[in-house]
Amino acid sequence: MGLVLLVVIWLITLLSTYYFAIDKWAMLPLASAHGPAMDSWFHTTYIVVGIVFLAAQIGLGWVVWRSRDQGDQTKVTYSHGNTKLEVLWTVLTAIIFVGLNLAGARIWAESRFQGAAPGAVKVEVTGLQFAWYFRYPGPDGQFARTKPELADASVGNAVGIDDTDPAAKDDFVVGTLILPVDREAELTLRSQDVIHSLFIPAMRFKQDAVPGLMIKMHFTPTKVGDYEIACAELCGLGHYKMHGMLKVVSQADYEKWVAQKVAEKQASQ
Amino acid sequence: MATAFRDSVLEREPKLGGGGPIDITPPRRWGGDGDGSPQYRDRRRRYRLGVIVGMAAIVMFFVSLTSAYIVRQGIGNWDPRTGQYVTDWVPMKVPGILWVNTLILLFSSVTMEMARRRTVERAVTAQQFGIDSEQKTFPWLGVTTILGIGFIAGQALAWKDLTAQGVYISTNPSSSFFYVLTVSHGLHLLGGVLALLYASVTTLLARPLETKAIVVDVTALYWHFMDALWIYIFALLLIAK
Amino acid sequence: MDAPSQAAAGVHAGHAHAAPTGFIRKYVFSLDHKIIGLQYYFLALLSVFVGMGLSLLMRIHLIWPEANIPWLGHIQPETYLTLLTMHGTLMVFFVLTLAPQGGFGNYFLPIQIGAADMAFPVLNMLSFWTTFVAFCVMVAAFFVEGGAPLHGWTGYAPLSALQSAGPGEGLGADLWIISIALFCAASLMGALNFITTTLDLRAKGMTLMRMPLTCWTWFVTAMLGLLAFGVLLAAGILLLLDRNVGTSFFVPGGLVLSGNLVKHNGGSPLLWQHLFWFFGHPEVYIAILPGMGVASQLLSTFSRKPIFGYRAMVYAILAIGVLGFLVWGHHMFISGMSPYSGFAFSIMTMAIGVPSAIKTFNWLGTMWGGKIRFTTPMLFAIGFVSLFVSGGLSGPFLAQPQLDIQLHDTYFVVAHFHLIMGVAAIFGIFAATYYWFPKMFGRMMNESLGKAHFFFSFIGTYAIFMPMHYLGMAGHPRRYSSLSEVGFLHDLMPLQHFISIVAFITIAAQFIFLFNLFWSMFKGKKAEMNPWQATTLEWTVPSPPPHDNFGGMVPVVNHGPYEYSVPGAPTDHVMQTDPAGAVSAH
Repeated sequence: MGLVLLVVIWLITLLSTYYFAIDKWAMLPLASAHGPAMDSWFHTTYIVVGIVFLAAQIGLGWVVWRSRDQGDQTKVTYSHGNTKLEVLWTVLTAIIFVGLNLAGARIWAESRFQGAAPGAVKVEVTGLQFAWYFRYPGPDGQFARTKPELADASVGNAVGIDDTDPAAKDDFVVGTLILPVDREAELTLRSQDVIHSLFIPAMRFKQDAVPGLMIKMHFTPTKVGDYEIACAELCGLGHYKMHGMLKVVSQADYEKWVAQKVAEKQASQ
Repeated sequence: MATAFRDSVLEREPKLGGGGPIDITPPRRWGGDGDGSPQYRDRRRRYRLGVIVGMAAIVMFFVSLTSAYIVRQGIGNWDPRTGQYVTDWVPMKVPGILWVNTLILLFSSVTMEMARRRTVERAVTAQQFGIDSEQKTFPWLGVTTILGIGFIAGQALAWKDLTAQGVYISTNPSSSFFYVLTVSHGLHLLGGVLALLYASVTTLLARPLETKAIVVDVTALYWHFMDALWIYIFALLLIAK
Repeated sequence: MDAPSQAAAGVHAGHAHAAPTGFIRKYVFSLDHKIIGLQYYFLALLSVFVGMGLSLLMRIHLIWPEANIPWLGHIQPETYLTLLTMHGTLMVFFVLTLAPQGGFGNYFLPIQIGAADMAFPVLNMLSFWTTFVAFCVMVAAFFVEGGAPLHGWTGYAPLSALQSAGPGEGLGADLWIISIALFCAASLMGALNFITTTLDLRAKGMTLMRMPLTCWTWFVTAMLGLLAFGVLLAAGILLLLDRNVGTSFFVPGGLVLSGNLVKHNGGSPLLWQHLFWFFGHPEVYIAILPGMGVASQLLSTFSRKPIFGYRAMVYAILAIGVLGFLVWGHHMFISGMSPYSGFAFSIMTMAIGVPSAIKTFNWLGTMWGGKIRFTTPMLFAIGFVSLFVSGGLSGPFLAQPQLDIQLHDTYFVVAHFHLIMGVAAIFGIFAATYYWFPKMFGRMMNESLGKAHFFFSFIGTYAIFMPMHYLGMAGHPRRYSSLSEVGFLHDLMPLQHFISIVAFITIAAQFIFLFNLFWSMFKGKKAEMNPWQATTLEWTVPSPPPHDNFGGMVPVVNHGPYEYSVPGAPTDHVMQTDPAGAVSAH
């Protein structure tokens, strides 16, 4: 039975480790500036945790087999423990765990402790049951006032822009997030009803959109392409289909698109 | 054999494993000296401990409400109309009758303590001399009960006053917390009043004096706690507006 | 009376009740902690099968969305979310907080410390029946108009605070909150009893440092419950008020729900999260600590070796208890909470990994050099260690906020807490069941069925939950009722299929346990008083123990709880009450 346990534990351990190692169901290829540091830190954590995992499980299987009752007269080592050993592995564990955390803290600090640089592309993201809307401030760089009572998707004003505000002349709202490559984007997250969460896996970006709060986040896309957006906070029956798209385009295409959108907006006034 | 066994145990871990029934008088409190057969002191300790542990849970309940109160005062909601965080906290004026109620409750703690001391005295006297003085004593317990009911009635008056002025639980966040804090306290105090009624009945019935003493003692503990809790809540409502 | 007569006489002057007669007083409104323990256990057993049934429906829906379930029909997206919400709620509250503590703790704490009953038997009975009412209210939510809520067991506001935020968020959500509030009250009553009993009712010679580790875990778990459930109760009341009387504790202003303006103003959704997780994090330690105590107990017993580092184990339990109150923010890294707070919580969270690691090393140290007997309870205890390691090691990923950005609210988190709570803690319950069954029912459970149950469950649960890590890292969000709408999820369907199929097999295997449990109660081999040759006090009394546990006698404790293979001793286990080898202290 001891041998059976050893085999089962070792097989499970080795099989799981194999699938972790080959990265079969890999993370989406990353396409943001802070992404490589994060992925690299993932990797480091992987290695540290992986070593502990292997050691612990292989050790468990080994101990269980070696210490089995072999039906003979072998005496059991009567002992209440070993204080030196306790202190040693306590200190080691503390150093490894806390050290790992402190070593990786810089990545969190860089993306969260500071705001976006001036000159970042500003987009206001509004989540509501069950869609994402993206508002651009236009050439004046100002977001117009919104009023909840004006919010009505059926008349094309899902976000509730107050048209009496002069800044509203060049604000436009779309259902797809379009950003220029290699330029920092500052997203301001809002929610109209319940908590949602903007999750763009390829950008290694996730942030809850909380009603009552305006949360500013920033990242820099580094590759042109189409990237999926998923909602990552349970928001009701349509949570699974609160899907969006991020399109990263060249700076030139971006400016053309913005100009076109502003023109459409002004034509419709 | 037994010597070798004992020696080996001593050698290895003298403090763990071996030890035996200790022949020095063990510390009364937590030393595992209970023999399971409760005498008066043991029973009283048990019930006191139970009430104190229960008080810790009630404290956490009101700590959460306090934390919510403080947070709610400070936070704002983003108002897209003004583009700023706006807080909707408007301090509430505490009804004047609350001062009267506080005095009633404080006085009730005094009478409760008198009741407790009298009952405990009688129990101790009876234990020591085997007799119980049957003389009539002042109905401290009864007075406390009436004062307790009076406090609740006073709180009810305060709530009635507020609703008459149109201040309900949902009127504004300040009033919400006022009602939540005072009603929660009132409900817990009502539990105390029920305990007082139970204690009153117990003292009137034929029960061992020790049982009566424990009931009154433990009720007093809870009652004083309710008083202290009220002082805290009242101060919170007055000062942390 | 002098000490020996007192001990010999053993009459419990204050012990209120004689053995009850009549079915109702004996088995229904019983004051006996053993009956109450069984009542809790069987309520938990009912809950776990209901909860497992709900997850079965979830797994069916994920891979066969068009399936037509008898009586339910097609599972709609909102139904899936309801299943998920009630699965989590039932499992966390009515299984993991009940069986290890209310079930085994109630049954064995008094006996293991040498007491005749809990400190407050009437309160004990009250706490069970309150829990039972809470269960009924929870289940009732399924049957009211709108059905049970869909806001997840975490009940984040405003989704849970607005009646029109989704189907089931009407009366169903109110019943959910009321049930939880009742549960809080019941748990607080129970915690009070456990703490008072442990501090005050220990027999002569049963010092705190001679208590079995199971008693330590029940004690610290009760402390956690005492301080945490009051917070949940407060939060629940505030939520109930927001939903029904128009207050705005958690609901901010300016909301538009389905085209209608919401009247609330000024509240904070984050306030709910802080209150909930301040309770929620200690809650998960409440779920796992008793399992750790049982693991320690069994590993020592079946290795015929003292526990390695008893004192360190006690300190680790205490450390986990204290630190458990300081880490709640790690559920909120992405919530909009200050990133500086996030950093602080993250350090504390890594710190709590240290006492957990100490316990794991000590479990290995306990077995090393022992003479392991592979009984079914021992298999589950060993399994517990393996699963605890696996589940625990996904912690360092989630504890680092820069990695949590990618992993939060994905299947990685689901894998983590299922391995720890949904498997390791459950293995603790299984281990305790197989171990204490002979004492509770006087018969042995079937070993072959037990071993089959173990291997199916051990391999099966690994096969279910290990792959969920891969899903999470690939970006699969949790609480999705369908993978059809998001492109990058399509490649993950084969893995979801695999998980579901293995889940069906593993769920089926649990019926081996159920059959074994009930069959053995009536037909199992008769058990001797101490079939495992263990040392703690419960093995010195008949199976099942008499009404007052020790038959009117008062045990006197002379040894620690893990005196196995003591050199020079006549047998390889020295009972805690054994007078031989007793010496005066120091």
